[in-house]
Amino acid sequence: MNIVRNILGSIGTSLRLLTYNKVGFIGFLGVVLILLLSFLGPYIWPVQVSGNTGEIFEPPSAQHWLGTDDGGKDNWIQIVNGGKNVINAALIAALVSTLIAVTFGAMAGFLGGWVDSIVVAITDVFLTIPTIPLLAVLASFITLNSFTLLGILLGLLGWPSLLRAVRAQTFSLKERDFIEAARALDLGTGHIIFNEMLPNMMTYIVISFALGFTGAIYGQIGLILLGLVPFDSSNWGVMISWGWTHGALFFKDSIWYIMSPIVAIVLLQLSVITMTRSLEMVFNPRLRSGG
Amino acid sequence: MATTLNTVQNPAFPVEQKQHWARGFLNSYLVRKVLKTLFTVFVVTSFTFFLVHLLPGNPIEQMVNQLINVQGVAPKDARDQVAALFAIDVNQPIYLQYFEYLGKTFRGDFGNSLLSQGTSVASIILKFLPWTIFSVGIGLLLSFTIGMGLGMLMAYRRDSWIDHILTVFASIFSSIPDYLIGLMLIVWLGIQWKIVPIGAMRGSLSPGTIPGFTWHFFSDAFFHAALPISTYFITTIGRWMLSMKSSTISTLGEDYVTVAKARGLKDWRITTAYVGRNASLPLFTQLAISIGFVVGGSFLIETIFVYQGIGASLGGAIARRDYTVMQGIFLVITLSVVFANFFADLLYSWIDPRIRLGN
Repeated sequence: MNIVRNILGSIGTSLRLLTYNKVGFIGFLGVVLILLLSFLGPYIWPVQVSGNTGEIFEPPSAQHWLGTDDGGKDNWIQIVNGGKNVINAALIAALVSTLIAVTFGAMAGFLGGWVDSIVVAITDVFLTIPTIPLLAVLASFITLNSFTLLGILLGLLGWPSLLRAVRAQTFSLKERDFIEAARALDLGTGHIIFNEMLPNMMTYIVISFALGFTGAIYGQIGLILLGLVPFDSSNWGVMISWGWTHGALFFKDSIWYIMSPIVAIVLLQLSVITMTRSLEMVFNPRLRSGG
Repeated sequence: MATTLNTVQNPAFPVEQKQHWARGFLNSYLVRKVLKTLFTVFVVTSFTFFLVHLLPGNPIEQMVNQLINVQGVAPKDARDQVAALFAIDVNQPIYLQYFEYLGKTFRGDFGNSLLSQGTSVASIILKFLPWTIFSVGIGLLLSFTIGMGLGMLMAYRRDSWIDHILTVFASIFSSIPDYLIGLMLIVWLGIQWKIVPIGAMRGSLSPGTIPGFTWHFFSDAFFHAALPISTYFITTIGRWMLSMKSSTISTLGEDYVTVAKARGLKDWRITTAYVGRNASLPLFTQLAISIGFVVGGSFLIETIFVYQGIGASLGGAIARRDYTVMQGIFLVITLSVVFANFFADLLYSWIDPRIRLGN
C-alpha cells in the first residue's frame, strides 16, 4: 500500500509542478489530447473506406466536424487516424538521437582529451550534412516504406546539435564540487556519469528528447510531402502531399482539407515545445523555489 | 593578424618564452579553422562518393544491371557506358576510382547528367546555385538584422505589452515547419485572398528577362523570389528575436555597461557599441547552424514554390533518378553549408577578437 501511495504521491507532485508554468501546462494538455486522439481515437472513429461522393469539399457541419475531402470522406476521421504512425516514428527518432547525444556527449565532456577531440570532429562533420537532402537522396535507392526504419534513420541524423548541448553541460558539471568529491572517493567513471551527473542533466535530456521529436516530425512530414516515402495508409503528411500534388491546394473550397493536417502538425509542434517549459520545472528542482 | 600581435612586445612585460613558429602557426585561429574546413570538405566529399558507389543497390550497379537486362547490352559495354556517364572507370578497383573522383571533384568536374546527355553537372549547378544563394542570403540577412533589432527592443522594453506580443509571435513562428509556412502562404495569400499572383511568381525569372544591371532585372528577380524570401524570413526571425532578447538582458547587467552609463556616454553609443556588439556574439554561432538548416530546408521550399534554385533541381534529379546530378548537387549543398560555417567563424572572430587571440 505504501508503495502505491508513494507512486501516486509523486505523480501528484509532478502534476502539480506541471501547472506552475501556465503556458507549459497548456502545452502539456495539448500533447496529452493529441496522443489520446491519435492512439485511442481510431477505435471511436475507424477509417472510412469510401466516402459519399455527393458531399465533396463540404465545409464543417455537425456531421462532418472538419468538412470533407474530394472523395466525400470525413476530414476529422482522417486527422484522428493520421497521427499514430507519424508520432511513433518521431518517438523512435527522438529516442535514438537522445541516446547517441547523451552517451557520446557525456563521454566527450567527461573524459576530455582525445576522446573529446574525436567526438567533436565527427559531430562537426555531421552538423554540416543537411538532413533532409541526405534522406531524400537515400530514399531514391533505399525504399523507406516502414515508419520504424524512417524513425531510426531520422534519429541517426538528428543528434549533432543535441550532443553539443549535452557536452557543454557535462563540461560545466565536471568542475562542480560534488563531482570533485565523487572523484576523490574513487567512485568510478560509470558511477559518476550515471549516478552523479545524469540526474543533474535530466532537464537537458528531456528537452533534447522533445527537440529530437519535433525535429523528426519536421523531417518526416517534409519527406512524405515530397512523395519520397511511399506509404499506402493515410497520415497527416500524405494528406498534405496529396492535396499538393493533385492540385487540391489550388482549389478554393479545399481549404478545410488542406488546413486540417497543417493545423494538426502545427498544434503538435507548438504543444511539445511549450511543454518543455513545464518539464523544466519537474526535472529541475532549483527552478521551483523562484516560483 | 595573430602574428603582428605577437610581435608587439611591451618592454614592461617581456615575453617569457618564445613559442616555436610552427606551433604558433598551428594554434592561430584562422589556420585551425581552415584546417577544420578542409577536413570537413574531404570527409563530406568522400561520404558522397561512398553513398553512391558502395551502398547495396547503389545507382552504378543499378544502371549496369538495367543496361544488361533491359536493353540487352553486353556486360562489358554496359560497364563502359556507365563509366562514361559517371566520369569514372568502373573496371578499376574501388580505391583508384575514389582517388580519380577526388581529383575530378577538386577540379570541379562532376561528370555529365544521365538524362540530359551532353549537359555537365557543373553547368547545371552554376545555373541554379546563384538563385538559392540569392534568396536564402537575402531572407537570412533580413531576418538576422531585423530580428536582432526587435530582440534588443524587447529586452529594453521587457514586460511591456510589445515584449509580450513579440515573444508570443516569435515562439509560434519559430516552431512551425518552414514548408508549412510556405504552403500556408500559397493557400491564404494566393488562393483564398488572391493577393499574390502565385502562378506568375513561379520560376526564378519571367521569360525573356535578361540578367544585367537593370531595374527590370532586379525587380523581376525580387518578384519571383518574394515568397521563398518571406518564408525564410518568417521561419528564422523568431529565433533571432528570442536569443537576442535573452542575450541583451544579460549584457545589460554587465559592469562595463554601468560604467559606460556613468561616464555619460550617449545612449545610442552604449546601445550599439557596448550592449549590441557584445549581446550579438552568441547569435553568430547560431547563425552558422541556421545557415545549414535553411539551405537544407530550401530543398522543400523551392520545390513548393517552383522556384528554380539548387534545391528544386535536386528534387527534380531525385524524381528522375538522375544520379550524377543528384550526387553533384548534394555535394554542393553540403559544401555550401561548410563554407557558410567557415565565414560565420571568420565573422565571429572579427567581431569578438578574444576568439582569435585566445586559445
